[in-house]
Amino acid sequence: MAQNKALLSIENVETYYGNIRALSGVTVHADAGEIVTLIGANGAGKSTLMMTIFGMPRARTGRIIFDGKDITQLPAHEIARLRIAQSPEGRRIFPRMTVQENLQMGASLDKLEYFDEDVRKVFDLFPRLKERINQRGGTLSGGEQQMLAIGRALMARPRLLLLDEPSLGLAPLIIKHIFEAIKELNKTTGLTVFLVEQNAFGALKLADRGYVMVNGIVTMSGASKDLLANPEVRAAYLEGGRH
Amino acid sequence: MADVQTSNPESNFAKAVKEGLVAAALALGLFLLIVGFRTDQNIRNELVLNQRWGLLAIFVLVAGFGRFFLTAYVTPWNAARAASKRAAVAKEAKEQSAFRKSFPRIGLALLFVYPFLVIAILAAYNGSLMGGLQGSLKYVDNFGIQILIYVMLAWGLNIVIGLAGLLDLGYVAFYAVGAYSYALLSSHFGLSFWLLLPMAGIFAALWGIVLGFPVLRLRGDYLAIVTLAFGEIIRLVLINWTVVTKGTFGISGIAKATLFGIPFTPGPGGFANLLGLPNSGVYYKVFLYYLILLLALLTAWVTIRLRRMPIGRAWEALREDEIACRSLGINTTTTKLTAFATGAMFGGFAGSFFAARQGFVSPESFVFLESAIILAIVVLGGMGSLVGIAIAAAVMIGGTELLRELEFLKHIFGNDFTPELYRMLLFGLAMIVVMVWKPRGFVGNREPSAFLHKRKLISSEFTKEGHG
Ligand SMILES: Nc1ncnc2c1ncn2[C@@H]1O[C@H](COP(=O)(O)OP(=O)(O)OP(=O)(O)O)[C@@H](O)[C@H]1O
Ligand SMILES: [Mg+2]
Repeated sequence: MAQNKALLSIENVETYYGNIRALSGVTVHADAGEIVTLIGANGAGKSTLMMTIFGMPRARTGRIIFDGKDITQLPAHEIARLRIAQSPEGRRIFPRMTVQENLQMGASLDKLEYFDEDVRKVFDLFPRLKERINQRGGTLSGGEQQMLAIGRALMARPRLLLLDEPSLGLAPLIIKHIFEAIKELNKTTGLTVFLVEQNAFGALKLADRGYVMVNGIVTMSGASKDLLANPEVRAAYLEGGRH
Repeated sequence: MADVQTSNPESNFAKAVKEGLVAAALALGLFLLIVGFRTDQNIRNELVLNQRWGLLAIFVLVAGFGRFFLTAYVTPWNAARAASKRAAVAKEAKEQSAFRKSFPRIGLALLFVYPFLVIAILAAYNGSLMGGLQGSLKYVDNFGIQILIYVMLAWGLNIVIGLAGLLDLGYVAFYAVGAYSYALLSSHFGLSFWLLLPMAGIFAALWGIVLGFPVLRLRGDYLAIVTLAFGEIIRLVLINWTVVTKGTFGISGIAKATLFGIPFTPGPGGFANLLGLPNSGVYYKVFLYYLILLLALLTAWVTIRLRRMPIGRAWEALREDEIACRSLGINTTTTKLTAFATGAMFGGFAGSFFAARQGFVSPESFVFLESAIILAIVVLGGMGSLVGIAIAAAVMIGGTELLRELEFLKHIFGNDFTPELYRMLLFGLAMIVVMVWKPRGFVGNREPSAFLHKRKLISSEFTKEGHG
């Protein structure tokens, strides 16, 4: 599926919180049409990398290239305008707004010309959201909120979708549903997905390639099936984990 | 809980008596020194100690009986009501929404006929048109205009706080900018009210942006402190820049507004003269009433429109989650600045109206307390709700004006009792009552809004299945 053209490439990025270095020399790329996953333990720096792509916080050194354009210094809203969308850690849906309004916020870039078409696609993917269109985001269940966060990101018609732990706190059946939805999207539309996960087994099953991050450093990378078979990865992230 | 209390009225009564006595004792201890004694100066400048046992008794009795009634009747009644409400919740919600829908319309119609209604009632009461006109002055001015100014200010501040979630404690600064813009430009250059009204709004909006820039990165408490300081800075500049503002003396003799060039003066060419009406100051007041009513409605209309447009929606989203906004492509800088500027603009309009109405401005009108009152109205009304805020303004400002009327209280509390001084007490009381019963304000629920033009399409298609 990969067309050997990196849609997103992160080169040698270092990110700091104050004086504390959260990412060191991170080099990661995602080709167009790929699902790439980043796995790692708590506090490894996965979310930091995702937010660094959006410039919140900004990378202190290194470059981030999206579709041939250097976006390292761009403000976050301009990065979003290049059609990078994210479902961030903690979902960050708008709790007092209804499902419909949340989806409209996702479509902020498009003056609504595609709204009906896109909303239909999201509802096809997550019929649960359609049933709850007038419910306030904050009153949705955790799984529904996750669906809404992904749906809202999709409303921006992204070329690159960043997902931070979409499986967090969800029942296995719902995780399965969400992962299947991601796969489906990737297959039918060729959407490039960058997936951050703790659920290493599920993520590697879904993704084409994977990276492993430890303490802000990428320690391993490769095709998903190689990582799944790798004894080190198995010992650290898979054994005793979810299967 | 309701069952326990109703099935056992004896013990409940005893409990109420006990709590009442405790409350009375507490009040006695608390108020003995504060209320019971008072030091005054006599003619020879000596301090004399006055004892106010009567007033103290009133305080103690109110506390004691209040607590007694609360425990004996109000609490069981509330519990019973809550129980019955739970049973009939569906029905009630329906009725309430019907009432809610028609309330703004009825209220609006009443507001439009209000001055004539007052004049008609008073004319009938006094048996003469003149009597009606003169008598209505107080009601149109003190109640009508005064309340509407605060409605407008609170609606303007609501854009900043209620929609965009930016806690602005210095809103009165924009009110001051508007008032002084009109006062200075009209007295120095003789420009007309109708030219200066939009200019005052623009000046205030510019100051809104000036304030907005340094506070872009601030939120919550920090933002509140800086905006508070900003309000004080503007006031101090007005006091100390005496060459221009005449300092604490203020600017007097500010030109009045005119109606299509017709002045409201008694002589020939004036409004009354042209229409062949008897001379009276009421026409100007009625004119001002409709002017501020229209200005307030403009504020409401703009707010409602903006809420359905991307910028208004972005304000609301900003209040909920700034990081999410940015990653959805919203420029939070311009979003915040437009919120500050729009809110400030309406403050500026209100300010120039204020100057035209009073004919006099001084820094004393723009103290922090004013910001606090406007903020209190927004909070009491339920942030974001226009109707709730209007009700809150009517209750709070109307209430303080009513206090002035309560002359009979002098018979109870003595001649030196000035009820106006207790208006802050009224505010505090209202705050506590509302926050206990309705923690989100009178109208606490945010009404979802559909985008303009898209409303029909989206809602009709999806809402049918939407009650899962
Ligand atoms: N705003 C911040 N200020 C200071 N330190 C931070 C901040 N955010 C994250 N960190 C630190 O940076 C490191 C990486 O955090 P990050 O959130 O990226 O981890 P993560 O891999 O996403 O972990 P998890 O799987 O638990 O979400 C952690 O040590 C964390 O404490
Ligand atoms: Mg994380």
